Amino acid sequence: MKQRPDDFTKRREHLKHLTDEEIKVLFEQLTDQIVDPLLELAYTHTTPAIERSVLMRMGFSSIEAKILTEKMMDYHLLEHGAGHIVYRFSKDEKISIREAGLKLMDTKYLAKIAEVYHEHQ
Amino acid sequence: MNINEKLDIKAILSDLEKYRPRRRGWIWRNQHPIDLGAFHYVQTSDSLKQSVPLPSARHLGHIDPQPDATITTEIASGRFEDDIRRMRMAAWHGADHIMVIRTAGQSHMDGLLEGTPQGVGGVPITRKQVRAQRKALDMIEDEVGRPINYHSYVSGVAGPEIAVMFVEEGVNGAHQDPQYNVLYRNINMIRSFVDAAESKKIMAYGGLAQIDGAHNANATARDAWKVMPELLVQHAINSRMSEKIGIKPDLICLSTVPPAAPPSPDIKLNLPYAIALRELMSKYKMRAQMNTKYMDSSTREATVTHVLNLLISRLTSADIQSTITPDEGRNVPWHVYNVEALDTAKQAMVGMDDLLSMLELKKEGYLYETKREIQERAILMMEEIIALGGYFKAVEAGMFVDSGNYPERNNDGIARDINGGIGANTIIKRHKDYLAPVTAHYGYNNVEQYDQGSKENPARLIGGCSFENPELIQYIDELDENDNVNNRLEDTKTYRHTSLIKPEVQWLGDGIITVDLFFPTDINTAEAAALVVAQKLHLANPEVIHKEVLHPAEGTRIQLKGMVQFDIDTNDLVLPEKEDILDEETILSYVKKHEIKVIAGTGGSDEHSVGMREVLDIKHGGIEKYGIKYIYLGTSVPIEKFIDAAIETDADVIMISLIISHDDVHYKNMEKLHHYAIEKGVRDKLILLAGGTQVTPELARKHGMDQGFSRGTKGQHVASFIVKRHQQMYED
Repeated sequence: MKQRPDDFTKRREHLKHLTDEEIKVLFEQLTDQIVDPLLELAYTHTTPAIERSVLMRMGFSSIEAKILTEKMMDYHLLEHGAGHIVYRFSKDEKISIREAGLKLMDTKYLAKIAEVYHEHQ
Repeated sequence: MNINEKLDIKAILSDLEKYRPRRRGWIWRNQHPIDLGAFHYVQTSDSLKQSVPLPSARHLGHIDPQPDATITTEIASGRFEDDIRRMRMAAWHGADHIMVIRTAGQSHMDGLLEGTPQGVGGVPITRKQVRAQRKALDMIEDEVGRPINYHSYVSGVAGPEIAVMFVEEGVNGAHQDPQYNVLYRNINMIRSFVDAAESKKIMAYGGLAQIDGAHNANATARDAWKVMPELLVQHAINSRMSEKIGIKPDLICLSTVPPAAPPSPDIKLNLPYAIALRELMSKYKMRAQMNTKYMDSSTREATVTHVLNLLISRLTSADIQSTITPDEGRNVPWHVYNVEALDTAKQAMVGMDDLLSMLELKKEGYLYETKREIQERAILMMEEIIALGGYFKAVEAGMFVDSGNYPERNNDGIARDINGGIGANTIIKRHKDYLAPVTAHYGYNNVEQYDQGSKENPARLIGGCSFENPELIQYIDELDENDNVNNRLEDTKTYRHTSLIKPEVQWLGDGIITVDLFFPTDINTAEAAALVVAQKLHLANPEVIHKEVLHPAEGTRIQLKGMVQFDIDTNDLVLPEKEDILDEETILSYVKKHEIKVIAGTGGSDEHSVGMREVLDIKHGGIEKYGIKYIYLGTSVPIEKFIDAAIETDADVIMISLIISHDDVHYKNMEKLHHYAIEKGVRDKLILLAGGTQVTPELARKHGMDQGFSRGTKGQHVASFIVKRHQQMYED
């Protein structure tokens, strides 16, 4: 930020008559104004790390989760959720979650899934 | 665990794939007032089953009061197997929060690390490493009788996966603060915040205590004490975000460091800030950390700064009292300094017990006005963040870690590009059918497309995730066949399984020693001379780790480290006899029942009386303290006079001090004393004791004494021997 002198006494005019309690309330309100947009952004977005963490919770190793996520990213499938792709595949193929995930390492299945998704869109 | 046996690292590593943590989540100390020895304490917690008390507890009935705050030590030498041993030592000195620092660069690794490679300035945090250390801590917490919280970092570009692994492995606390990634690790800001939301949700589920990263601002800013308004803002952003995601306020811990250190007016700068922070964030917990910003290589100076930090903790509050090792300014912490830092915290906190029942902080004047000013400055900063368009815009503008006292700006803040940094352009908008069928997932999750009933429990779609079914966890042992713990254990097996040992500061068999030197020269000459000392002592890799001018011309203090190039075979060691010393109570009550009289003096032509007075006088904890009466004959007392005086006063004991050892005159005098006692027919009624710097117990006995006492003898040693021998003579 550009250099500027300490103009605290000028800037604080609107604060100086507040009680300590009012200062605390104002501080909390301003905090929420800063934090809420950040939470909204997180609510509606995902990342490769989040998707890897989902796959780990579904029973995949860190290495398997990384490979699957990278491949799904290549096929633009992460927006649906990596866990979703595996879950859906296991339902469709009537195999376990783990079998489904390991099978999806073979990209021919991912290519097919991507095709279906992109047709829908 | 047997306290006389070392931890068996191999046993800890075996069957790790089957290990499951015994609990999840953070545990606070059980706080309550306590009576120990002669004292009543207020700010204390449960005592330990086994511990090492402060050195001076020896004079106070070996009491070891434990403060109310959780006490942290940070352990990470690069080799986790050596760190495990240090954790045990730390726990015995009062640590119940063990924090493991990550190896340099781990925050930039896009994914989890596995196995047990060696680290730099920390350890690579992996599932195997975490599991082995948590397993070891289970044993250690049973040994000391207090739960131990295990802690590391959920940050970098793999935060959510690390958080999952931590919950699965029973890690109890973690650093989590996206601002840290953005400002100090140059990780893309959007990525950091989106990842952080998921990480926090996972940590909330696992009951982990969260520590934020705000303290890094005062470690980084040029003038640390001017960054106080910003610290309030950083704490607020991370804490509120965490709370809204679901972490309970009593597990949201603010990492707060008193920003200033002497020779600045420490308390005057730090106290108003500490109050400002605790007032605005009263619902959260305080993790009081010690100052590192102004640490140099003097361990003494660092310790004094840290004690002042502890004063701030006691004048305000600390739920977790962290410790910084006083050697951090010169090397990766060594074993002994972890323990020193823990003892510093315990000593100072117990010493300042209940301080605020006697003092009151002023509600007007400098303290109040400064506190209020810091709070207002923080509010003004938030107003500008919002005016600029929010947090990201403010970071882009370089608003953070500026060395000006906000609203002053010095144009030296850390600015980041919203499209820059590691992990940029990896953020993906969730599609309306987005699904994650797992527990503790943050954000939009379209579960109802498959099952309306699973909306509150998405993992039900897959029959539960690894949080409910730990058998789903995939354990990886090692990935690197060279860089792993098995090879390191093999390399150091000599020092694990044979009678050979080496001095050590951090790694088994590292061979490092420090040498403390003074040279009557200027600093440059002293440093060069020290390296010659190292060479002549055959120390490998010598390095001066501390130098301090006592006077520009008169002298310099040097601390030097180097590696010894030999082993010591413990089988060849001649250990001094171990004397069982009676405790003070036993001695006191025995002497109360039996009057014991001593004749004392320095014998022959010996004028050295200082050592003897220390063993006699009550002032120095001498035998007088136990009710033993003595008659002091003075110095250079003829040998015969000891016996004559004993007969005359009906004394039971003669204590003769013999310092001069030229031509073995001390032993000759012992024999003379012994023979004269026989001659007078009183040898069997007298206990003859000789003491002196050159006296060894074996030789003293050989020369007719009941016992000999050498350097380091205290009144209690002598009193204990007298009572035992007296008992043999008269009671048995």
